[in-house]
Amino acid sequence: MIRIIRFIVIDILRNRMVLAYAVLLAILSWTVFGTEDSAGKAAITILNVVLLVVPLVSLLFATIYVYNSAEFIELLISQPVRRGHIWISLFIGLSLCLMLAFLFATGIPLLLLADAATAWVLILTGCVISVIFVALAMLAAITSRDKAKGIGVSMLIWLYLALLFDGLVLFLLFQFGDYPIEKPIVLLSAFNPLDLARILNIMQMDASAMMGYTGAIFRNAFGDGPGLVLAFAVLMLWAALPFLWSLYIFKRRDL
Amino acid sequence: MRAAFILLVGVCVVLSSWGRCISVGKGKAFSSIRSALSASHHGDTLLVHGGVYTEGNILVDKRVLLLGIGMPVLDGAYKYEVLTIKADGVVVRGFCVRRSGMASLDDPGGIKVMDANDVVIEENRLIDNFFGIYIQYGKHCIIRNNVLEAYGKEEQQIGNGIHCWKSDSLQIIHNSIQGHRDGIYFEFVSHAIIWRNLSCRNLRYGLHFMFSNDDAYVGNIFRENGAGVAVMYSRRVSMMNNCFEQNWGDAAYGLLLKEISDSHLQGNRFIDNTSGIWMEGTSRMQILDNLFKRNGWAMQVQASCMDNAILRNNFMANTFDIGTNGSVVLNTLLMNYWQRYEGYDLDRNGFGDIPFRPLTMFSAVIERKPAAMLLFRSFLVQLLDRSEKVFPSLTPENFIDTKPSMKPWPLW
Repeated sequence: MIRIIRFIVIDILRNRMVLAYAVLLAILSWTVFGTEDSAGKAAITILNVVLLVVPLVSLLFATIYVYNSAEFIELLISQPVRRGHIWISLFIGLSLCLMLAFLFATGIPLLLLADAATAWVLILTGCVISVIFVALAMLAAITSRDKAKGIGVSMLIWLYLALLFDGLVLFLLFQFGDYPIEKPIVLLSAFNPLDLARILNIMQMDASAMMGYTGAIFRNAFGDGPGLVLAFAVLMLWAALPFLWSLYIFKRRDL
Repeated sequence: MRAAFILLVGVCVVLSSWGRCISVGKGKAFSSIRSALSASHHGDTLLVHGGVYTEGNILVDKRVLLLGIGMPVLDGAYKYEVLTIKADGVVVRGFCVRRSGMASLDDPGGIKVMDANDVVIEENRLIDNFFGIYIQYGKHCIIRNNVLEAYGKEEQQIGNGIHCWKSDSLQIIHNSIQGHRDGIYFEFVSHAIIWRNLSCRNLRYGLHFMFSNDDAYVGNIFRENGAGVAVMYSRRVSMMNNCFEQNWGDAAYGLLLKEISDSHLQGNRFIDNTSGIWMEGTSRMQILDNLFKRNGWAMQVQASCMDNAILRNNFMANTFDIGTNGSVVLNTLLMNYWQRYEGYDLDRNGFGDIPFRPLTMFSAVIERKPAAMLLFRSFLVQLLDRSEKVFPSLTPENFIDTKPSMKPWPLW
């Protein structure tokens, strides 16, 4: 399995797509730190990048890569390798590459220039988000044989999680605003990894005091030590469940 | 010549009756302050030498000058009010007053002035007292260059630093206060000035101000207090060149203005507060030349405020510049500098040609549904804010600065 992972990683790196992604992220991060007047504001801008660009690139790149390596997968299946191992290696290889790109491009400026606690939480969420969206991409790719359809599905996932979900929350807030819905709304945030990651990061920043009562509920649920672990566990679940589902399909699928 | 001689004799007579000098301390004429006080007359000077004096409550009921030499310590042993002043013109200088008693019925303090005028309290250290300096029914008293320090844990178990009640014409200058409930507390105090004090890390307010008209506070620093500064139910208050910094918390304000009218707020700095200014029921105020930087909300102007003028302020790097809770706008915003302003200045007069809308859509949304704060900094919210800027629908139509400055005002 390690040999397959190594092969996939080398193949991805040779592709130069990930390299371009890393360079883009690096330019973004360094310019943000160069132009914003405080490290705190720069961290917030980078948070926006992490919540928009990282999922989008992870999704698109992983989906396309899975489709493009269809022949390679077929070749591997004819070898004495377990089917599950192929899919797992693909997942690990993709996640590893995208995580590495993020770490090198954004992690270094963050660690050097931002406040330590903020930087660590941001880096951790960035990595976890890369993994989550690779898993979602693999699920999108395995559900359909048609490449265009698969890419369309992954774009929809991104649109839904990055934009529509928040609109839905806002809608619910206005519809059920007369009821005590703060707790359900906080719970709802667990159903979107991007929301969960965003609030987790804001809690680490100064802005937490502005979040009032809702913020206090969130802090009670996810803010302190065990809560933080719980939040990251939920995020891990977001990576694990879609991947296991895609693995299940892959194992049973007639290629 | 004769006139000069008579004058000289007169001066000598006056000087000789001016008062004696009484030394207190180990090996001196008196070993305790109480005995020295009972032997003294109006106009005497008590020189108290270094050492610890645990004498219970010391009552000063004669016009004397109490002078500490080498910081003598007056200790209340957590049981007594340390120094009680009930005579006009008393001066207390150079003492360390510590460990006053605690009681919520008679509010013992380190130094309490009751019904006395022209008292001067200066260059003292007040450590670990319930109330620090307490003035009631005092006129023309001066509190200057004192250091007050307490270690309060809970609001109800600690008193205020400098507590003034029903007084007039006080001068509170260059004191440093920390760890009390309220740093400086004013109730029914008029014609007073609070100048160049440092009030930080107090449990509740740095300065608490109620029913006190015609006062001024100038050049003070209020930092990291539990809830910032509160000015309530007062008229004609001048607040100038103060710093309100780092008052972060769910219910913390840089400056809370409640039911204030005809007041003047100029040249202050509001930096790193949850809310720079929270104003409600405030009317006819001039808010000029202030700097608002890195606050959660720079100003929260409730709809109950009217006829306030907000002019020539700098709004920089705040999360929200203005928040409000209604659609009625009865205040004037003019010539402020807004870092968020994206307009242009074709006629080069230094002011933008299109008005600035300081209210974002999101600030209007969370005013209605506070739980929406969970969407803070979400991409969707940023998109909505953009579209609101082009087509205002949720925010009050006339909440605008019609003449926004293109460049920040050169404030200190």
